[in-house]
Amino acid sequence: MSANTHVIRDATCTFCGCVCDDMHLTVDDDTHKIVKAENACVLGRAWFKEHGIEERPYALIDGAEASTQEAIEAAAQILANARYPIIYGLSDTTCEAQREAVAIADAIGGTIDTTTSVCHGPSGMAFQGVGESTATLGEMRNRADLLIFWGGNPAESHPRLFTRYTVTAKGMYVPNGKKDRTVVLVDVRRTPSAAVADIFVQVKPRRDFEVLWALRALVKGRHVDPCIEQLTGVSLATLQDLAARMKACRFGVLLFGMGLTMTRGRHFNSGALLALASDLNEYTHFVAKPVRGHGNVTGADNVVSWQTGFPFGVNLSRGYPRFNPGEFTTVDVLSRGEADAAMIIAADPASNFPQPAIEHLRRIPVIALDPKSTHTSRLAKVAITTATYGISVGGTVYRMDDVPLTLRPALPSPYPSDQSVLKRMKERVRELIGGNRMPPMDRVAVAA
Amino acid sequence: MTLIGGRSSSQGTSLCASKFGDEYVEVSSTVEMNVEDMARLGLKNNDRVRLRSADGEIVVRCKGRAAKDLPSGLLFIAYGPLSSALMGGDTAGSGMPLSKNIDVQVDPVSEGVEE
Repeated sequence: MSANTHVIRDATCTFCGCVCDDMHLTVDDDTHKIVKAENACVLGRAWFKEHGIEERPYALIDGAEASTQEAIEAAAQILANARYPIIYGLSDTTCEAQREAVAIADAIGGTIDTTTSVCHGPSGMAFQGVGESTATLGEMRNRADLLIFWGGNPAESHPRLFTRYTVTAKGMYVPNGKKDRTVVLVDVRRTPSAAVADIFVQVKPRRDFEVLWALRALVKGRHVDPCIEQLTGVSLATLQDLAARMKACRFGVLLFGMGLTMTRGRHFNSGALLALASDLNEYTHFVAKPVRGHGNVTGADNVVSWQTGFPFGVNLSRGYPRFNPGEFTTVDVLSRGEADAAMIIAADPASNFPQPAIEHLRRIPVIALDPKSTHTSRLAKVAITTATYGISVGGTVYRMDDVPLTLRPALPSPYPSDQSVLKRMKERVRELIGGNRMPPMDRVAVAA
Repeated sequence: MTLIGGRSSSQGTSLCASKFGDEYVEVSSTVEMNVEDMARLGLKNNDRVRLRSADGEIVVRCKGRAAKDLPSGLLFIAYGPLSSALMGGDTAGSGMPLSKNIDVQVDPVSEGVEE
């Protein structure tokens, strides 16, 4: 570390959905790196350490170096000329950038989808069907005396969820922290998170729904056959004990992960858990909350909802928003070979999508915005380097409990923000199209 | 056997550096397996195995986990390009491909065999 440093206090880490806003960052002004991140977890430390200012091309068009302006022009031409374009990603960028992306989707009559569709998208569908008894992380910290983590491994994915907000945190009505709380972990394997659990319940793979439904029955005083153990791997006695604890607690919390959404049952699993939480409010106060992965995936849900009325998987080709998971979600649109252009913002589907979707991305013009080189930026026709949100870009992000937080960037970047690139792209697309694209039916009518 | 994809600490820290870095590549190309299953298949730590799903196949290194942590018949792999290669594109109308609890066939791969 050089002698030339400065400290930014109370900065925000945007690695995961915890969005911890108590980071004290020491910036080395000579090397343009964050050399110390006080209060950060192991993931946060890596996030800050590895997002210094790298020397990367401002943009690449067909692999050749280009200016940001040239790349914006090329991207605008692709989007303006596409007939069924899709915009995807958005979970690692600011709300301000997300708004611009929605505006572009509106202008081109395209589809807009976020990484939510391959994360807690099924939970989003379940919210619409079942509702959500919810709370902020602050309420959980100060009140929760029963914490149930279901289908997730926060010890490795969200380390400070335990220490800052839930398990060991001391709160107003739980002054002794963990001593005042009962912690339950439900999962198919004993993960490192089991170390903090008073009770570990091991479920057979693909049997979460059955366990949740049995708990609903037990909470309501209905009969459950002991053969539930054969089916789910969990004994009736264990379930009865858990149901009794749930009814007897003062403030219960179900925090659930993608162990529910990424497996058989998907939105039915999330829906069963949300219904269980609702049921329990007949007896006590009980809430449920999905544990969200990326730093502003919750913001993406919020912004797309403000703008279109739906959280993800929204198509605007008729001039008004239509929501239909399975039809307008990105894995489906790509795997069926439908999109003729894609803009990927702060996401890497070429790394984490199924092969049929990746193969289609290789066939169509792709525009990628990302601070780093990714599998997606490497297959993109137009790849634009942008500054990292939270580290070099200010703005707004939403914590996993839907609480908006303001970013406090520490490290100036020579690269533009996603927001500024998308704003310029939006303006150029509108110039090329002449405003917003007319819906196809209207065009047919005009032509006739 | 049943394969679970998921996050791990080392996957999270190494992806911050680069998805093309040695550490991320190693982390995302290692499958964890119950030690008793490994013994049954004649495998030891760092041996290569082929995982074949209905939608693709990959070759990865294996690493033993105690039976109390990872039940027999279950496998764990950190998310990455290799785990994605086993996923199908059908989301059953949900938008979400099955990324966890994928049925796979496991076969040892002899050292020296090109893949």
